[in-house]
Amino acid sequence: MDERDIIAKRVAKELKPGNLVNLGIGIPTLVANYIPQDSDIYLQSENGIVGLGPLAVNEEVCVYLTNPSGQFATVKKHAAFFDSSLSFIMIRGGHLDVTVLGALEVDEEGSLASWIIPGKLVPGMGGSMDLVEGAKKVIIATTHTNKGIPKIKKRCSLPLTGYKKVDMIVTELCVIEVREDGLHLIERHPDVSIEEIIGKTEATLHISEVKLMEVM
Amino acid sequence: MNKWTSLNDIKAFFKDGMRIMVGGFLTCGTPEKLIDMVVESGVKDLTIICNDAGYPDKGVGKLLMNNQVKKLIVTHIGTNPNAGKLMSEGKIEVELIPQGTFVEQIRAYGGRLGGVLSPTGLHTPVEEGKRIIEVNGQSFILCEPIGADISLINAYHADSLGNLTYKGSARNFNPMMAVASEIVIALVHQRVEDIDPEVVITPHIFVDVLVEG
Repeated sequence: MDERDIIAKRVAKELKPGNLVNLGIGIPTLVANYIPQDSDIYLQSENGIVGLGPLAVNEEVCVYLTNPSGQFATVKKHAAFFDSSLSFIMIRGGHLDVTVLGALEVDEEGSLASWIIPGKLVPGMGGSMDLVEGAKKVIIATTHTNKGIPKIKKRCSLPLTGYKKVDMIVTELCVIEVREDGLHLIERHPDVSIEEIIGKTEATLHISEVKLMEVM
Repeated sequence: MNKWTSLNDIKAFFKDGMRIMVGGFLTCGTPEKLIDMVVESGVKDLTIICNDAGYPDKGVGKLLMNNQVKKLIVTHIGTNPNAGKLMSEGKIEVELIPQGTFVEQIRAYGGRLGGVLSPTGLHTPVEEGKRIIEVNGQSFILCEPIGADISLINAYHADSLGNLTYKGSARNFNPMMAVASEIVIALVHQRVEDIDPEVVITPHIFVDVLVEG
């Protein structure tokens, strides 16, 4: 299994029946592939959809219907459309159970940096700041390092998307929970040792009971 | 009053230095043909208020390509490398705003509110230079209203008066942008005889000019 799929499949296990879930761009989008078709998990799309379905193919394509990445998409039965104001009332107002987002950096306090590398890359925050502000649970789905450089830091060095907002970090190597006292390593890839994870993580990890991740 | 006009005639509305609001989310629900008229008009030094910078050859990206923009007020420019390039060269100013705040600032202008208080962006660069206001012990950022001279919006159906409906996710920012400008120009997919009052999203009184196409 590709590392991106390992992450996406593990994140999907966190989604519970009845949850309203927003999936960000990149690895988070892949989580949809691991949600059973008949489940009552509802995907919220900040461009104004509850009940987002898979990408549109052939005659399904409608120029008036895209996912938040701008790709032509479909909706499921019982879907609803609305404007951007209502969409963010939903997001900030406590109706969103889970948001899954990517990261440039995430730290020991659960702070997230994901929208700007000053002087280099300035994509902008889009809806991400409202998503981390409002969602009941914030899951970061990211590769563990950026070409070997740890992404999980003691403190984020890049400008923040949200301060102390993250609840869980899922990488291709492990699952980390953000608690009051810091980061807790709760699962690891069966082929990866705890020492290797520590070596690839700048933040301090609390380690007590570490289960094995499902990676097949 | 007949608000219907030809595409070509709307060019007369555009002037140098204007603030123009453009509907759409990554160009879904963006009135491309109206943007084409802004390009043809050749007006300069525009402030463009739009969710994103579109793509290099689509949406407001066409105005950037044609060097007509002085400032972008947006939530995201990541899909248009040209926007990032113009910004780093100092040729345009870019103000980035969280998306949920952006739409409420526009709505606030429409309803002539003094602004909105949002918790989004506290302890991030978003709060820099802004007033923090406490309400019932909780901190909020004061976000001032955003209005414009012209809104260019995209609707699906319009009746003869200009009652509007939208389709799919193309609704997005269009209904809010229809309340926040001096002149609202709607590009409409199809003019229809009647729209059920129950399904009208934007009442005709907000719409000044209509173009079918």
